[in-house]
Amino acid sequence: MPYQIVVCGGLAPDPLQTLEPVTTPTGPGLKNEMMLPAVFDPWASHALYEAANLAKQHAGSTIKVVSLAPKAKLQQVMMTVAQKVPFELVPLDGPIGGFTDAASVAAALAEAIAAIPGLDHSQLLVFGGWESATRGAGAVMQMVGEKLGITEQFLAVDELQIDGGALVIKERIEGGRHQVSRCSAPPAVLAWATGNLPEPANHPQTGMANMRAMMPALQKAKPASLTTALTFAQVALPAVTRETRIVKDVPAADIAREIAEWIKQ
Amino acid sequence: MEKVLVLMHTVEGALPPAALETLGLAQALGAAFDGAVVGAGAGAAAQSVSGGAAQVFAVEGDAFAQSRYATDAAACQALIQASGAQVVLAPGTMRFARALPGVAARLNGAVETHVVGLDESLNVRRWYYRQRMEATLARTARPWIIVVEPGSQPAAAAQAGAAAQTVAVSVETRTEVTGVVSPPADQQTIRPDAPLLLVAGAGWTKKQKDGATHTDEGGNLILNFVQRTQSSLGSSKSLVDLSGEGQAVLPFLTHLHQVGQTGSTPRHRKGLATCCHGEEPHVVGWRFISERRAVNLDAACGWARGKADVLYVADAFEVMRELEKLL
Repeated sequence: MPYQIVVCGGLAPDPLQTLEPVTTPTGPGLKNEMMLPAVFDPWASHALYEAANLAKQHAGSTIKVVSLAPKAKLQQVMMTVAQKVPFELVPLDGPIGGFTDAASVAAALAEAIAAIPGLDHSQLLVFGGWESATRGAGAVMQMVGEKLGITEQFLAVDELQIDGGALVIKERIEGGRHQVSRCSAPPAVLAWATGNLPEPANHPQTGMANMRAMMPALQKAKPASLTTALTFAQVALPAVTRETRIVKDVPAADIAREIAEWIKQ
Repeated sequence: MEKVLVLMHTVEGALPPAALETLGLAQALGAAFDGAVVGAGAGAAAQSVSGGAAQVFAVEGDAFAQSRYATDAAACQALIQASGAQVVLAPGTMRFARALPGVAARLNGAVETHVVGLDESLNVRRWYYRQRMEATLARTARPWIIVVEPGSQPAAAAQAGAAAQTVAVSVETRTEVTGVVSPPADQQTIRPDAPLLLVAGAGWTKKQKDGATHTDEGGNLILNFVQRTQSSLGSSKSLVDLSGEGQAVLPFLTHLHQVGQTGSTPRHRKGLATCCHGEEPHVVGWRFISERRAVNLDAACGWARGKADVLYVADAFEVMRELEKLL
């Protein structure tokens, strides 16, 4: 059975960048936010790789990536992401950053998904990351699902297998364990944790094929105006710096003794 | 202050610690509150903590014994509507993390997740950008579901009171929970309730003084420590990342162990980091560890300087060998 897989994913600052909050006329933001190198959100990336793996196993499946970000930034990031796996981009031109409201982002994504021509709910799998690396709320995918009328939803998914048309899903739960569920058929929302797949190698031909369709789509990207009901009183970096006691030139046995006593306290 | 609903669920018939922490937060706010519980044995669990609550509600039955979006969302929606409270406090367990954002959407309300603080004026504190900055915020939208981060609040003492009113909920779902996959007890290395977190860094797999790697010995030292101290194990770099770089790996480490920028930020009373290196983006892995000590060879390492209480500049292999004798 072919699947229509829609992957929701935004952009995040490169994890190794130093981030500093600033106040902007529209609320909190990051210093030099548009200048910071960005990446496709790490958990959404895992969702995309899993989508590509599933599509490869089921002929006729399609992947559409719905992404909300400033389209210039989106174009930069997609130059890299497009080389990983084949997909079609559905861009939404909107603000970057984690201080936007999850509900507003979900509404924009759901509207874009619902407007995809030929969308068939009986084949629809909506993928995304279980949280973003920006807002980190873990709320958008559930809200997207609700707005699309999908009530079979899974959070922190690490594995999806198809068994006779049914979806067999492993979700992370507390204590390093997985809950296994069986969903008889699509539609379903799967918010992925890390999954089990490594990052695919770059494939320039795939990138060129993807970008041929992406560039016109980016030019026609629909603006998404987000509303917010949030009032931020403060956004700050953690200020606490510890007075670190440095212990050096001490025999390992003495260090071990001190650590053992500390553990037993 | 507005009336609050404390929304909880059971785990194997009893309330988990995170539920009692959420109840503790509601009591600390001093507002009138209702209680509500979903899950197996919800009625009895609700009554066990109903002291001080204006009303208590429960949804129970076979369909609601399982942690599943469709049934949990329907149950939580019904409980919130039965209470009528416009502010809902709930524990941030995986079960509620899955269900409650969707419930907020159904009720045309709002949700705040990973909340670590809340005051009487309903100003919420939560982290952004993977625990790298903290925000204080408020909302006017109601109902407002505030999902409280486990481990961030002191737990309330359970106080029994009135019996719960049972709320009938009917829902259809295409999903069946078929089981839970757990590592064997002797191989369990993730223990959220453990007082100590051991963080194993990528240094364990690097070349040592003799110019060779000693990954097997490192793995044994780590596992022995974790089993003897019954601590939880975190990794600053995942198995998959390392293997993708063609490096030797510690075979028992998975993505589930990964802490930090692209992993979890667990809460434990103590943390011991070994062979961990890196600057601020990596350090979020032990942001919520109260007492922190580190063992590594670099006295200027950004992972430890200003972040740990004590930094032992030493060979982690030697220290762990000695620790093994003492524990």
